[in-house]
Amino acid sequence: MPAALPPSLVLARSVLLEARRGGLPWLLVASVVLAVSLAAFVSQVALTESLALQAAVVAALLRACAVFIVAAQITSSTLRELQDKGLELMLSLPLSRTTQYLGRLAGFIACGALIALVFALPLLLWAAPAVVALWGASLACETALVAAAALFFAMTLGQFVPAIASTAGLYLLARSIGAIQAIAGGPLAEPSLASRAAQHAVDAVALLLPPLENLTRTAWLLYEAPGAGAYALAIGGALLYTVVLAAAGLFDFHRRNL
Amino acid sequence: MSRDVRPVGAVPACVLALLGLSLAAQIVLQITRDAGTEAAAQLPPAPGPDALRLASFGEPEAAARLAMVHLQAYRDPGYPRLVDWLESILALDPRSQYPLFSAARVYAETADAARSRTMLDFVHRHFLGDPQHRWPWLAHAALLAKHRLKDLPLARRYAQALERHATGADVPPWARQMEIFILEDMNELEAARIMIAGLLESGTLTDPAEMRFLKQKLEELEARRAAPRR
Repeated sequence: MPAALPPSLVLARSVLLEARRGGLPWLLVASVVLAVSLAAFVSQVALTESLALQAAVVAALLRACAVFIVAAQITSSTLRELQDKGLELMLSLPLSRTTQYLGRLAGFIACGALIALVFALPLLLWAAPAVVALWGASLACETALVAAAALFFAMTLGQFVPAIASTAGLYLLARSIGAIQAIAGGPLAEPSLASRAAQHAVDAVALLLPPLENLTRTAWLLYEAPGAGAYALAIGGALLYTVVLAAAGLFDFHRRNL
Repeated sequence: MSRDVRPVGAVPACVLALLGLSLAAQIVLQITRDAGTEAAAQLPPAPGPDALRLASFGEPEAAARLAMVHLQAYRDPGYPRLVDWLESILALDPRSQYPLFSAARVYAETADAARSRTMLDFVHRHFLGDPQHRWPWLAHAALLAKHRLKDLPLARRYAQALERHATGADVPPWARQMEIFILEDMNELEAARIMIAGLLESGTLTDPAEMRFLKQKLEELEARRAAPRR
C-alpha cells in the first residue's frame, strides 16, 4: 500500500516507477545483448584466453553501460522535474528538504542496484556465483556513487550537458587517476620544480576523488576473488564518497531559494 | 514508449528523397572503403605501459586482451615495435598469458631466424617474471630453438631455466625435465605431440580457442613432414 509508506519511500518508489515506464528495462536488455554479442564476436578471433576475453569484454562493457544509464536517467529525470516546476510543487508539501532529497536519492540508488543485479547475471556464464555476487554488489555501490554524483550535479548546475559532462568527468578521472599519478611520478619525469609541482597537484586532486580503481574489478572474475579486507576497503571508500556527495547535495539544496 | 506519428505520406517527397539518397551514398562509400588495408599496413609505435593503462580507464584485463586481438590484425608487424607492444600489454595485465602465447606460438614460428630469436628472447626474459605460470611458453621456445633454429645450446639453456625456476607443484615433471626431452632423438612432430598431450593432461590447456589453434598447428606440422615423402 503506497499510502502507508513513509514519504521518503514514496519518493523512491516514484523514481523507480518513472524508470520502468521510461523504457529502462528494454535498455538493460539491449545492453546485455550488445555486450554478449560483441564478446562472442571478438572471441572468435582470439587465439587463446577466449573465455577470459569474453568475460572481460562483457564485464567492462556492462560496467560502463550501468554507469552511463544511471547518470543519464538521473540527470534527465531531475532536470525535467526542475524545469516542469515539479520540484517546487513537492516543496510545497509538508516534507523537509532532507527527506525530499534523500528519498529521491534512495530511489536512484535502488534503481542502480537493480541494474547491477541484471548486469551481473550474464557473468554467471564465465565465473563462479560467489565471485559474480561480489562483482555485482561492488557495481551496485559504484552506481550508488554515480547516482549521488549525478543528482548533485543536476541539482547544482541545472542544465543537462554541464551536469552529465561533470558526472562523466568525475567518474572517468577517478577511474584513471592512478595511471595519471604513475605517469606524473614516473622515472622519466624531470626533477624540475614545475614537474614536482605538477606531481603534487595530481596527488592533491587524487585526494578529492573516489577510489574507483579498486571497485568492480574484472580481475576478480578472471583470476581470483578479492581479499575480504581489500574488498571491504573498496566498498567502504565508495560508500563514504556517496555520503560526501549526498551531504554536498543537501547543503546546496537547503541553501537554494525556490 | 509509443508515439503518435503521422503517415509516411505526410513527409515531403524531397525529404524522403534526401534520406534515401544520403543512405545509399553512405552504403556506397562504405563498400568502396577497404577496411583491412590500413589496419594491416604498419604497426604504430607502442604506447608505454602507463599510457596504455590510462587509456584502459581502469579495465586493464579487457584492454590487454583487446590490444592482443588488435595486434593480430597486422600481417607483417615490424618485430622491434611488436616486442614493445607485447611488453606494454604484458605490463598492463601481467597475469594474462596471451602476449607470451602469441610470442612463442605465433611470432616466433617464422622462417626468419633473427625474428624468431627476438621472440624467444622475449619469452625467456618474461618467463623469469612468473615461472610457475609462464613455463609452457619457454618449454615451447626450447623446442623451437632445437628444431627450427637448430640451436641446441640455446634450447638447453631454456630447458635448464625451466628446471631451475619452474618448481611449482602445478608444473608437470616432464617440463622440469625438459633438458632430457631436448636431448632425446625425436623429431619436431613427436615432441610437439608429447608436449600438447602433457599440457592437456596437466590441465594447463583448457581454452577452446587455444585447443583449436594447437590442433591446426599439429596438422600443419604433419602436412609439412608428409610433403617430402610424396
